[in-house]
Amino acid sequence: MTSTIVIVGAGQAGAQAVDTLRREGFAGRLVLIGDEPELPYQRPPLSKKYLAGELAVDRLPFRHRSFYDEHRVELKLGVRAERLDPRTHRVALAGGEELTYDRLLLCLGAEARRLACPGVELGGVHYLRGIADVAAIQAKTKPGARVVIIGGGYIGLETAATCRKLGCEVTVLEMADRVMNRVVAPSVSQFFSQEHRAHGVNLICDARVVGLEGRESVQRVLCADGNHHQTDLLIVGVGCVATTRLASDAGVACDNGILVDEYCRTSDAAIFAAGDCTNHPSPHFGRRIRLESVDNAFEQAKTAALNMLDRNVAHDRVPWFWSDQFDNKLLIIGLSQGHDRTVVRGDPATRSFSVCYLQDGELLALEAVNHSKDYMAARKVISERVRLDPAKLADPSVALKDAV
Amino acid sequence: MPRIVFIEPDGKRREIQAPLGVTLMEVARQNNIRGVVAQCGGACACATCHVYIGASGLPKLEPREEMEEGMLELAWEPRGNSRLSCQIHISADLDGLEVTVPAHQRLA
Repeated sequence: MTSTIVIVGAGQAGAQAVDTLRREGFAGRLVLIGDEPELPYQRPPLSKKYLAGELAVDRLPFRHRSFYDEHRVELKLGVRAERLDPRTHRVALAGGEELTYDRLLLCLGAEARRLACPGVELGGVHYLRGIADVAAIQAKTKPGARVVIIGGGYIGLETAATCRKLGCEVTVLEMADRVMNRVVAPSVSQFFSQEHRAHGVNLICDARVVGLEGRESVQRVLCADGNHHQTDLLIVGVGCVATTRLASDAGVACDNGILVDEYCRTSDAAIFAAGDCTNHPSPHFGRRIRLESVDNAFEQAKTAALNMLDRNVAHDRVPWFWSDQFDNKLLIIGLSQGHDRTVVRGDPATRSFSVCYLQDGELLALEAVNHSKDYMAARKVISERVRLDPAKLADPSVALKDAV
Repeated sequence: MPRIVFIEPDGKRREIQAPLGVTLMEVARQNNIRGVVAQCGGACACATCHVYIGASGLPKLEPREEMEEGMLELAWEPRGNSRLSCQIHISADLDGLEVTVPAHQRLA
């Protein structure tokens, strides 16, 4: 009988695990440790409505404090878990407290990849990952402020759109030849580039940042082509790395994330892991993956919670992602790696279209721009491994689910 | 504060005093209403906050926008009174609104 479950990490996954554990009848001691002081909260709005000032801070938490009280969850917030000893089942917290667990769930999340170039030690290099980061950014997003964003991925572009909305002058420096190049098709990159430029964003691709300059704080960003960009606010969005140190220092197997099986079990029988920090098998796609995804954090945490209660449930989801930029919604379902053909449905000029990725006739992934119908249909088609007819698929008047 | 009546998937009725200005989804989540998952947190991106609206409440709501329409089409058992609760903002005239939570939030 498991009497104490300790969860390290109070983000999407940690909060969900608490919910599932109590809902499924776990009656023992339940401790949730988070290194940020806030109640577990949603991160997706941080670069969007929250940065824009359209969502009050009290609307970010998943649950009020009373939920945790009613469900007898011991919240230890603003406290870092510093050391893990799998042999004695102990977690040591900053400040000296030690907790003994019967089962431990690691929901450590991911952290912003740091920029590496001369000048990064200057003040004023901002990353956007938590509420505190947004507060620091908001102090500088005055109308007319010159904002430079390094990285044209989800975070960079969402932040660019929000900063434009706030009246800032925005420059985005993307290293690759197109934005979001790791996650979307060229036609989708092109659509979003046009949207950003139409809204006045100075978007520069093939931009290699070689240094930052300033007195104490960053004032200029230097590029390899000799151009430099004056800035009042520098935000870096160059991807994420899984947070694994607590696990790897303790000898829990890690390789680009904490290694787990489809039951969210790590190399240690008493330790489970869920969310962005994991490297996990995808039965659907037949390979190991690491995701930065709300859905994955949510679903893996549920699975981990059930398996900590010995329910023997495997995690097998088709991942999905979304992004809001200006008034456009990008919805992505599946993983496109391994495709042998792409089919575009609809005309990007209508501002509503989708890109389908096929492998031998099977839909692997779909990117929908302002097209929720195709996205929802694709969720079903992909998970059921329906084979599609590319000719029918290319005709947007044929519903995606009927393109067989 | 308007009073919202939720009917959970097992038939249990729960009356909630809802604050103004937030969404119906947030009211459900903060009050731990069973069956409202709301994974995306209100971005109209996941269709896991699907609910059925009581007949007298429907005319008081803004009509569905195209994105919501598309999400609902393949949600679990969509009906004419289906809505994504993240797209409904609580206002005083919604007092007495009856909201039924479907049996599942997975795809049809």
